[in-house]
Amino acid sequence: MDVVIQFLYSIPVLGLAFQLVGYLAEIVPNIAPIILQNATPIALAALCGVLCERSGVVNIGIEGIMIASAFVGWYVGVLVEPVLGGTPSAFFGATPTLLVALGAALLMGMLISLLHAWLSISLRADQIISGTIINIAAFGLTGYLNNLISQTSPEGAGAFVRFTPPKELANVPVVGWIGDMFLRQGPIGMSLIVVVIVFQVLLFRSRWGLRTRAVGEHPRAVETVGINVIWLRYRNVVMAGALAGLAGAYLSMEGTNSFQQGMTAGRGFIGLAAMIVGRWTPIGAFGAALLFASSRALGDSINFFPPSGELGNLLAQLPGQFFDALPYLVTIIVLAGLIGRSIPPAADGQPYEREQAAL
Amino acid sequence: MASWQQRAVALARQTWAAMALPFVSLLLALLIGAIVILASEVVVPGRAFDLTLPFTAYAALFQGALGGLDPIVNTVRASTPLVLGGLAVGLAFRAGLFNIGAQGQFLLGALGSVTVGVALKEASPFIAIPAALAAGMLAGAAWGFIPGFLKAVSGAHEVVTTIMLNYVAASVIAWAVSGPLDQPTSPSPITDQVGNAALPVIIGQNGHMGALIALAAVFAVGWLLFRTTRGFEIRTVGANPDAARYAGMQPRLVVVLTMSLAGMLAGLAGATVVLGVTHHMTASFGTTVGFDAIAVALLGRSSPVGIALAALLFGAMRAGAPLMQIQTQSLIPAELVDVLQATILLSLVAHELVRRIFRLQGVKAAVETTDTIGPAYGRRPGIR
Repeated sequence: MDVVIQFLYSIPVLGLAFQLVGYLAEIVPNIAPIILQNATPIALAALCGVLCERSGVVNIGIEGIMIASAFVGWYVGVLVEPVLGGTPSAFFGATPTLLVALGAALLMGMLISLLHAWLSISLRADQIISGTIINIAAFGLTGYLNNLISQTSPEGAGAFVRFTPPKELANVPVVGWIGDMFLRQGPIGMSLIVVVIVFQVLLFRSRWGLRTRAVGEHPRAVETVGINVIWLRYRNVVMAGALAGLAGAYLSMEGTNSFQQGMTAGRGFIGLAAMIVGRWTPIGAFGAALLFASSRALGDSINFFPPSGELGNLLAQLPGQFFDALPYLVTIIVLAGLIGRSIPPAADGQPYEREQAAL
Repeated sequence: MASWQQRAVALARQTWAAMALPFVSLLLALLIGAIVILASEVVVPGRAFDLTLPFTAYAALFQGALGGLDPIVNTVRASTPLVLGGLAVGLAFRAGLFNIGAQGQFLLGALGSVTVGVALKEASPFIAIPAALAAGMLAGAAWGFIPGFLKAVSGAHEVVTTIMLNYVAASVIAWAVSGPLDQPTSPSPITDQVGNAALPVIIGQNGHMGALIALAAVFAVGWLLFRTTRGFEIRTVGANPDAARYAGMQPRLVVVLTMSLAGMLAGLAGATVVLGVTHHMTASFGTTVGFDAIAVALLGRSSPVGIALAALLFGAMRAGAPLMQIQTQSLIPAELVDVLQATILLSLVAHELVRRIFRLQGVKAAVETTDTIGPAYGRRPGIR
């Protein structure tokens, strides 16, 4: 076996590809939990996008919703901590404070989404511009408040703790690392896969899902059979806001334990790309989010545990910034490569105007 | 023949129609900004509540932006890249494209200029300055070409690709400044000075000639859009790509051309900042220009003159913000300007509502974009 591998590795040029595959096979089981952790906010943002766009509303304000929710989650923790306090429980280290803060973050996401829904559904404003304004406002306000609040360097409420699965699980051959991947997570990361599957089933197997998809494809037809298009769009956009809020909460309450200005770093937009690549389905978006997240985890692992041999020498010559840019480059390339075969809902981005009754 | 009184009245009406909504939006933003200031006094513990703080802040903002020659020069200096960046976004709007990538094109333009500027720092200014400016424009155009090309060939929506390219651009800058362009004598990554390639100061202490370049660009873009065949094609593709194709135009080509031109303008903005203001580049070189440019283009309704006026307004806010922060003992961070900008845009988008509340009649719509921007990422509306 080793002889065969050594032979494959030694083929000029093509051998590099084999070496890369070998390196991946070696490294992926170890970094799998990190990949899922990185993918969580992206996948939640993508789910938010799927819900909005399946109902015919383009939402590029997801990035802004995430940063606002991340901020609110952190700051409500700061405010509530002296009142509620509490010691971390065995359940993911959750404290009453953290739960209240999480609720506040979700509520923030829903509130901003309500604003977006009002602008784009009721006022029929340009949805891309509405989303852009949400981004500018969210970054401005959180930057402004963070600047004020951090002057007193307040004590935060900490973060959720990740579950540590037993060592034996990871040692189970072949599939052990997959279990490890999904279990070595905090509460938000662990519930991600459940949320994805629930929405996949609901969207394609439930009455609500059928109506939602119909509203995104042909709202007039839906109105004709007596369903309230405006109300359904409002409900879905606000619900999707809670998902984006959860993505924001992940950043400041599970991924880290504090808020930094601009900490979303484009994840909301990468989520939109994941939505497109995943063809507007929850499962597909989740898969695309994993792909984008793995490029970052891979970059880190190449930095810290460089592969040996020829491949390692080659990668060592690449500057570190290349790996910083890798997730964004992968997003562009995949987007450009797949886009022709990825078709959005027909009424995506078009405001709905109810037909006036003839007098 | 209309008498001059009638003409004057007509002109006043037109001006009111164009300016009323932005003006009301500005007042509304200042009002909401005041509420934010008062609310933030409550949020931060351990401070006496000061009801006059909004007035103190706005007075300092105004003084820092317009109170004397140096503040005015600072305002113009801050407006210069906003004019060019706003044109980059506005020109793309005209073609039905949303160029959120002005930030990345701006960064690449700055990088191009600083590279050539440092190389030619001892050459004659008559060679060094045009060469450095051209390098900035070229680099920006190349960065704008990529999303345009991807959109034309595969239909990848420019909103996503340009944002991704913004992050890639930041990495490219960090790499170039800490690698090939690094000044070995300095402890932190920083490039050499641009020397003779620096734009000459023409007014006050630091009023460089970039403002003239921006002014020329306003006329050039206006001429391109409204006096040339290409400009007509750009506007037609923006208004209705299908009609453009039936008329024998090539929407794909127009998309690539427009994005490249937009990138060139944003790159020029980066060039004026690096050659006129900073004269060198650090790894963290980055401003909010690219994002302010979107606000500028929306407020200026994608018309070159409107963009210039909007850029002056936002430039004034940016120039006045530091004084505001100092005079209020950091009680009010400079980010208040972002809040004001967002509120202005919000009331422009919700213009129907603002109109109803303030009973504005005969007033032009606030934000005009074309129908091709809104719908659909994946599909290629008319661009096949």
